[in-house]
Amino acid sequence: MGWFRGNVPMFGSVERRTVFATILDVVIGGLIMGGIYALIAVGLSLQYGVGRILNISHGEFIMLGAFATWSLYTFLGISPLLSLVICGPVLFFIGFLIHGTLFRYLRKKSKSAGAFADSSLLASFGLLFIIQNLALITWKADIRGYSYLDHSVSIFGALFAANRIVALIFAVGISIAFYLFLTRARLGKAIRAAAEDPVTAQIMGVNIHRVLAVCFGLGALMAGFAGPLISMIYEIQPSMGLEYTIIAIVVVVLGGLGSITGSLIGGFILGLIGNIVTYFDAGLSLIAYYVIFILLILVKPTGILGK
Amino acid sequence: MDRARTLPVYISSYVFSCLVFLLLATIPLYVNPYLVILLTSVFMYIVLTLSWAIFSGPTRYISLASSAFFGVGVYSSAVLGEVLPIPAVIFLGGIVGSLLAFCIGILTLRLRGMYFIIFTFGVSELMRHFLLWWETNMKGTVGRFVVSMEPETVYYFMLVIFAVCLIVAHLLKESRFGLSLRSIGEHEEAALHIGINVTLLKTLTFALSAFFMSAAGAIMATRWTYIDPSIAFNPLFSFMPVLMAIFGGIGRLSGPIVGAAIFAMLEEILITRFPYYYMLIFGVILILVILFLPSGLVGLIKRKSRRSS
Repeated sequence: MGWFRGNVPMFGSVERRTVFATILDVVIGGLIMGGIYALIAVGLSLQYGVGRILNISHGEFIMLGAFATWSLYTFLGISPLLSLVICGPVLFFIGFLIHGTLFRYLRKKSKSAGAFADSSLLASFGLLFIIQNLALITWKADIRGYSYLDHSVSIFGALFAANRIVALIFAVGISIAFYLFLTRARLGKAIRAAAEDPVTAQIMGVNIHRVLAVCFGLGALMAGFAGPLISMIYEIQPSMGLEYTIIAIVVVVLGGLGSITGSLIGGFILGLIGNIVTYFDAGLSLIAYYVIFILLILVKPTGILGK
Repeated sequence: MDRARTLPVYISSYVFSCLVFLLLATIPLYVNPYLVILLTSVFMYIVLTLSWAIFSGPTRYISLASSAFFGVGVYSSAVLGEVLPIPAVIFLGGIVGSLLAFCIGILTLRLRGMYFIIFTFGVSELMRHFLLWWETNMKGTVGRFVVSMEPETVYYFMLVIFAVCLIVAHLLKESRFGLSLRSIGEHEEAALHIGINVTLLKTLTFALSAFFMSAAGAIMATRWTYIDPSIAFNPLFSFMPVLMAIFGGIGRLSGPIVGAAIFAMLEEILITRFPYYYMLIFGVILILVILFLPSGLVGLIKRKSRRSS
């Protein structure tokens, strides 16, 4: 941060103001990243917590959403915020179909819950390769980006691009709406019942196959919301998916496997840590995530809110 | 088990294996150089898959750390290749890989199922990213050159590693040690209660399987001549052995060998003919195998032959 050192003159007030602005910069930047992390982690958490599928291809759905938004904006001039409303439902439907065919069949054939967890993990690796390479063929390996709402907004003296603030607001709004859906709506209650005890839920009249497929679809829906938001503020490429999947897994483990609230809180914590590390050395943020992840698994595998 | 009836089968399979290895040992004398190079990478995949199956087959712990061990071997070769003769480099590379596996084994004692899988994946990805960061920021240059070798030499070293790996896997499977490992896979709690030292057994086997992966990496590096973290720690080296072993069938030693051989050939054909669709086809095959071949190719053949007899 050479410019920063050059920027600290003898005047105490200016120095304090710069330090304050830097801290604010890092914290709000962390919250923005955290909001998106929370969104993608909630999707993965639902797929794993209810459906017992550790969906390694989660990031590929995010990538699909991001590229669809980029294409719609670049070629048709459709606003990314409108794409959000298009991508979410489309990806929900794709996820619903994938679960209704592939994972339902695997679930029927697996002898035990553990065997299903293993085979569905491997199947999701297969999905990763398929989706990522279809995207590579369609959009080529280039890094893409576009500018949308990129004028800066000042918050207490720290400058942010407007698109980041919009992304944060949408991420938090969607997360809260989703949480309310799970706790209040009838379908949400059925989902939580299926997560607690699938057999009893089935006896109580929950159509377990439909609920599991809806859950997987909802996970894809969250990815479909996260993708457009990510494309608004970061550069995108077809191989970006795995990184987001890994971040989502770290957040889910941090929050406790299967805990939706844990994933929301974990997302913001990881976003903050990530942004602090990025401030010192951008290349170290992914390494920091892995280190946190490995330490967590060794010390407290149940996470901050796990049972 | 009917000992009298299985004994001739045993002897004939030994004789058959020896003949196959003799044939493979003389192959560079009468085929073109391209085939020697192709066979080397086939053997590489066989060694990776077979050593993966040594640990993950009986214990049913799915490890995704293969690329970490392979990469450690590759880097050992890059670092030691100029100062030591190649057999020593391969052996030391194997030892370094085993030590790493031993440490991972000790750390993951309490982990099962999903946690073990994502932990092993996390470790290998951490190593790749850390090395990349280290080379970019601390060393200033990414990648290294490795002392290169003749294709025939690489072929023979790989063949020897394959043979040793097969012998070790076979001896392990037939021993009390292998039986104890299988009991861990069947029911770990029960294995613990009948007096098996589960922890020690798992860790030692994990280290043993890593030895061959690293050794394969050490010799493979001399064929590539240039390596960097993304080549050495390519996550595909973690996924491929799992897929190949499942494709072939995990129960018998022939499963991983057949699976790896078919897949390595397939990879060669697909990469040269359809470079853009290669990974796509790979993903489709992965899903089809999981859906329709849960006991693998060898299991399928066994079932078919049993039905017909």
